[in-house]
Amino acid sequence: MTNSWTDIKNADVVWIMGGNAAEAHPCGFKWVTEAKAERGAKLMVVDPRFTRSAAVADHYSPIRAGTDIAFLSGVVNYLLTNDNIHKEYVRHYTNAAYIVKEAYGFNDGLFTGYDEARRSYDRSSWEYEFGPDGFAVRDMTLENPRCVFQLMKKHFALYTPEVVERVTGAPKDKFLKVAEWVASTANGERAMTIMYALGWTQHSSGAQNIRTAAMIQLLCGNIGVPGGGVNALRGHSNVQGITDIGTLTASTPGYMSLPIDSEPTLESHLAKRTFKPLQANQTSYWQNYRKFYVSFLKSMYGDKATKENEFGYNWQPKLDVAYDCLRMFETLFQGKTNGMICQGFNPLMAIAHTKKSAAGLAKLKFLVSIDPIETDTARFWENHGEFNDVDPAKIQTEVFMLPVTSFAEEEGTITNSSRCINWKWKAADPYFESKSDVQILADLFLRIRALYEKGGKGAEPILNISWDYKDAHDPTPDELLKELNGKALVDLKDAEGKVTRPAGQQLASFGEMRDDGSTDGVQWIYTGVYGPSGNLSMRRDNSDPSGLGVYGNWGFSWPANRRIQYNRASADPQGKPWSDAKKYMYWDGTRWTGPDVPDYVPTIPPERATGPFIMNPEGVSRLWARGMLSDGPFPVHYEPFEAPVTNPLFPKVQGNPAARVFRGDLEVFGDAKEFPIVATTYRLVEHFHYWTKAVHINAVLQPEFFVELSEELAKEKGIKHGGWVRVWSKRGSVKGKAVVTKRLKPLKIDGKTVHQVGMPLNFGFIGEAKKASPINTLTPPVGDANAQTPEFKAFLVDIEPIPAPVA
Amino acid sequence: MNMELSRRHFMMGASAGLTGTTLGALGFGGIEAAHAQAIRSFRLAQTKEARTICPYCAVSCGMLVFSAQNKANQGKLEVTHIEGDADHPVNRGTLCPKGAGAIDYVRSETRVKYPMYRKAGANKFERVTWDFAMDRIATLMKDDRDANFIEKNNDGVTVNRWPTMAFLAGSSLTNEGGWVTYKVARGLGMLQIENQARI
Repeated sequence: MTNSWTDIKNADVVWIMGGNAAEAHPCGFKWVTEAKAERGAKLMVVDPRFTRSAAVADHYSPIRAGTDIAFLSGVVNYLLTNDNIHKEYVRHYTNAAYIVKEAYGFNDGLFTGYDEARRSYDRSSWEYEFGPDGFAVRDMTLENPRCVFQLMKKHFALYTPEVVERVTGAPKDKFLKVAEWVASTANGERAMTIMYALGWTQHSSGAQNIRTAAMIQLLCGNIGVPGGGVNALRGHSNVQGITDIGTLTASTPGYMSLPIDSEPTLESHLAKRTFKPLQANQTSYWQNYRKFYVSFLKSMYGDKATKENEFGYNWQPKLDVAYDCLRMFETLFQGKTNGMICQGFNPLMAIAHTKKSAAGLAKLKFLVSIDPIETDTARFWENHGEFNDVDPAKIQTEVFMLPVTSFAEEEGTITNSSRCINWKWKAADPYFESKSDVQILADLFLRIRALYEKGGKGAEPILNISWDYKDAHDPTPDELLKELNGKALVDLKDAEGKVTRPAGQQLASFGEMRDDGSTDGVQWIYTGVYGPSGNLSMRRDNSDPSGLGVYGNWGFSWPANRRIQYNRASADPQGKPWSDAKKYMYWDGTRWTGPDVPDYVPTIPPERATGPFIMNPEGVSRLWARGMLSDGPFPVHYEPFEAPVTNPLFPKVQGNPAARVFRGDLEVFGDAKEFPIVATTYRLVEHFHYWTKAVHINAVLQPEFFVELSEELAKEKGIKHGGWVRVWSKRGSVKGKAVVTKRLKPLKIDGKTVHQVGMPLNFGFIGEAKKASPINTLTPPVGDANAQTPEFKAFLVDIEPIPAPVA
Repeated sequence: MNMELSRRHFMMGASAGLTGTTLGALGFGGIEAAHAQAIRSFRLAQTKEARTICPYCAVSCGMLVFSAQNKANQGKLEVTHIEGDADHPVNRGTLCPKGAGAIDYVRSETRVKYPMYRKAGANKFERVTWDFAMDRIATLMKDDRDANFIEKNNDGVTVNRWPTMAFLAGSSLTNEGGWVTYKVARGLGMLQIENQARI
């Protein structure tokens, strides 16, 4: 989230799309209720189903699953053609004024630089023009035909309300009401928040969905202001923190990168990432990458990391190709993976195309499940009839289930969706023989290290890992959080030689980190959470002097305890609030002040025009993505990989041209002739992913899998409410009870009637709830062109009534 | 500690009024009120209270977890009750149907109690010791790493990677657990590391 849960109360318009907060994040959704009750905020919901969020909305529009970009682009076009934008914000805080290279073009659904054979783009034409001073060229009048603003007008002109209706099925009047409410916030006096979740990410154009939303917010001036933002409602309790840590194939803690083969030296890695500013007086915070990276290496390898050995840079593995979870399961399926550890992860349920996942798991030599509860994955080798039809004798995988403490039996920090790091205290003793994740990993590491002390291949990287904990078998959360924060390794001195931070002391800010090995710290963005004044994640001061839901002394929000990111943008270029109604951070004549922590050094005056978006070398936000995304500098409507119609806008380019499909998966995609119905998946309020089917009360509250379909489709197929149905895709089938409902309606798409069905994802064959086939039996193995998030939210199926199973 | 005591006193003082009005208004008689009062004093006097965070979604609601010693189980502290933390600015004491039932997660029927091991081709798990499980896993990993670890690529660049081992990391463990996971998995040279952020 750019903003926070409690900040939602400041919104005048709340737009939920690609999520269903009332169902999936109920205690966060209460801040929407608060905004409605206290401010008279309007809530609008766009979703294939009339959801629980829609039930309390002031406006609802249906949409065909997988066509969000067409809808959102329609809003962009509405704002631009009606000149309903926050012009000064757009001029000064976005790259609207930047001139794009002449070579750039967009024709018939493809951008310049496309290589069909490789399904990828040469992105060199998607760059700015640069002047002789090395800075990017701008036209602050926004009139140059090659400036981003004019290119946008041209690119989005296609998405008229009529086109939106034709592609998405959203009736024109319902679409227009959404666009009008969005436009009502493009003035600095009102704010809109956008709340989304996996309904936007789980598509082959997922990243572009979110980008389009961000563009709308930038055109309206809704980023960096109270009640604004593009707010990802994240899934797991600490998925934010774990993303920050970077247990992801290509990541290093704090959004830095793992080295790749073409970066043989530390310098070759750093030089590519320490971006120089593209305008005068800009912060370009990644200029400090080398300080953060060397500090990370010092935490990883301790005293063994020296200037002479590039701080242990080459002990890290280098990435040959990114093993996102879809590639991971492709590699597994090919029999190239021998061992797998699943720590609180149930991939047999969670990964697309279950049949392939199951076949892959059976090729493992060993599988270790570290989970408080038994998972379907840990029992993938066990026969559960039609729900998991395998022969144990044929599966030669050794499997371990290790008992691990639950949330209540451990202490440490969790980072919520608002980026706020909070400490939790241990409430109970470990259940039976459970040990904590930290203890288990420490034990495993120490045993392996001991084996390598006697010799083995590639022993050096292991033997050099810093493991300097008081009890090597049980590093404490206190020690580990200190390590995340970082400390001075020698006396740090300023230019005059005065000691600013004595050796051994915790760092108060990432501004103190150095690239010469004199500081450590795992992840710079967390620096300050455990500074010299102690563990700030434990703070529990819930006072809110500004009344704006800031709670600045509750825990610690990264970065630098900032609660609303890019808050410099809450004031105009002269530093004055855009309006009294939205007063937040402003220039008081000598410094930036207000209820939050400013984006940069608080004494930099407005005259220097230092932009709010300090991570970008431009200092402004990007309506134009440059070469940062693989599938284009602007979003485009492409159909999901399984779609009921030919792409009405670009018939020659059906799906995202830069999305990856593995060779062997090509034949598992179905077409509309065989599978005419659009399907989508979702969560239930009573369940959390695949855990709560093992939790008694939740299994009682919502005991079994079902299929939601419209009255019209039910009539067409002869399906009765409460009767049984089979749903199948090209990849497999599932069975469940039919819920015939008015919440789903057939849509008219490009002149054709299209039905949609919805299915909850929370069931499986292990636990107390009734057994069901994994929902991802149905879903396609293709991911977003950028993030490789699987396309769970839009695929094709067919449906038929079946007799009820014999009890 | 002072803050905690004063809050408890406040709650104890307020409870009589609450039971007299709310429960009465709902049509409950004095018996229920007395029952509620009895539970309240038990909870406050005989249980340990800890502030934790709901394990489910990323609203990450504040929770109060109460636990008591189980004399039948070596005096181990076991969870007896969970409720929302009224002091938490985000959830303000509320919990959803998942969080409110989280005690059933702690004591789920399929909670793993002991290290369990399934031999190749077997049709059941058997209970094993921690020592057996960890030794076996460490040996399997060491053998596989020795067989497949790549120190240099074809161009002679040091790459130090272990391509045949995968680690799916959880997104509900603490940041500290996450860091140890990173340190160990990357430290051993794994590239196949993912968590739920991507799905």
